[in-house]
Amino acid sequence: MQPTTLLKRTPFVEAHRAAGARLVDFAGFEMPVRYTGDVQEHRCVRERAGLFDITHMGEFHVSGPEGVAFVDRCVTNDVSALAVGQVLYSPMCRPDGGIVDDILVYRDADELMLVVNASNVAKDFAWLEAHRPAGATLTDRSESTALLALQGPRSAEILRGHVPEAALGLGYYRFVRGPLFGVEAVISRTGYTGEDGFELYFEPAHGMKVWDGLMRAGAPHGLEPIGLGARDTLRLEMGYMLYGNDIDDSTTPLEAGLGWTVKLAKPAFEGREVLVRQKELGLERKLVGLEAEGRRVPRHGMAVEAGGKPAGRVTSGTFSPSLEKAIGMAYVATEHAAIGTALEVVAGATRIPARVVKRPFWTHGSHR
Amino acid sequence: MSYPDDLRYTAEHEWARLEGDVVTVGITDYATDQLGDVVFVELPEVGRRLDSAAAFGVVEAVKTVSDLYAPVAGEVVEVNGALSDNPAMVNQSPYGDGWMIKLRVADRNVLQKLMSSEDYARMIEEEHA
Repeated sequence: MQPTTLLKRTPFVEAHRAAGARLVDFAGFEMPVRYTGDVQEHRCVRERAGLFDITHMGEFHVSGPEGVAFVDRCVTNDVSALAVGQVLYSPMCRPDGGIVDDILVYRDADELMLVVNASNVAKDFAWLEAHRPAGATLTDRSESTALLALQGPRSAEILRGHVPEAALGLGYYRFVRGPLFGVEAVISRTGYTGEDGFELYFEPAHGMKVWDGLMRAGAPHGLEPIGLGARDTLRLEMGYMLYGNDIDDSTTPLEAGLGWTVKLAKPAFEGREVLVRQKELGLERKLVGLEAEGRRVPRHGMAVEAGGKPAGRVTSGTFSPSLEKAIGMAYVATEHAAIGTALEVVAGATRIPARVVKRPFWTHGSHR
Repeated sequence: MSYPDDLRYTAEHEWARLEGDVVTVGITDYATDQLGDVVFVELPEVGRRLDSAAAFGVVEAVKTVSDLYAPVAGEVVEVNGALSDNPAMVNQSPYGDGWMIKLRVADRNVLQKLMSSEDYARMIEEEHA
């Protein structure tokens, strides 16, 4: 007998099934990995627009007089500088500089919303709770928040008439609150694809009203539902981090190339001492982009060699539908991290020739 | 999902079709559904002798990679060169244009050891029970 695991369901699971999705267990949720095909879905987002159910992501709310100072101490980026309506991407570090999670921080008038990775909800909540001062409250609202991402160059046109005009004028990494097909929502100009787009947070009870509204409004623009498979190829073409693959408790933001999110000028935050020292002494390894020769794909966990000697390990890899090339990311010793360096990826008995290239791999996205 | 009656199947999701003393080999509809979009198929040289269950190639999909195993022992007499330009044929026509290799076998009865369409469908069903 196999133990029965009850998967959590998003409000959209029947819509996924009806659209022919292959559903898989992802971080304890029954999630669509693919509807028609990874490549077709990927191109749909790059060329038109796609709708992603990412309700599995976690949402925490922080309020109280010490709320901002609390979150600012826990993350490496500068929360105190945020204006109301602004969104911030930031790693959250351990004292040793390892990454607990990479999160989004939404600065609202009277509270902060933290958006965390699905697989890290329990870990992050415990971590934050252990650091929480008495003057701040922390609430996990993951169960009462549905989240859809509308991504692609046609996204704003699809929303026109169904959201407040102000939402269409939002800059990148800005948000407003307002009705979305009549449902109260946080409308955020953010995403994980490199295309223009929105992430939409609202109460799960109204889920299908929003889903149906979007699919109907999007039909003339070629909107399609998109699975987690294409979500991964889209993010990887942009060189965006996937927690658990490219970053984790044993990697630091500096090694991952996230130095732009580490504000060492802040007087105190978890991990600061180690990161200051790492910056002074220089990095032993760096996360680099790899472009493979041929169509064999570097995959997570494969060893990387330079001249037959160990040089590092692949963290993510895929066949890039936009570039029609095999790409990946790997931590390599700093001496092998320069752009253009020739490396080999060990795939069983085969050696995949690859060279270090700049990230992002894809530079024609519509996001701004 | 379809599993034609005139083919024999392996637990690793290859199919085999006997014509004369030549066995054509590919991967099943189920396998292509699991893999997703195929972007590259690495196939052996013509003339290579394969033992039963020997790895003969690799199929790379966007999201994953999988080894290919010979359903029966034999000599590779032909490979599907068209897959190098159009690997998506594996998804579009797994039992037709998406075939991978042809093996000449010494004993035509070896296919009897493989699963029937019915047995294979039952195995898939049990895996998903």
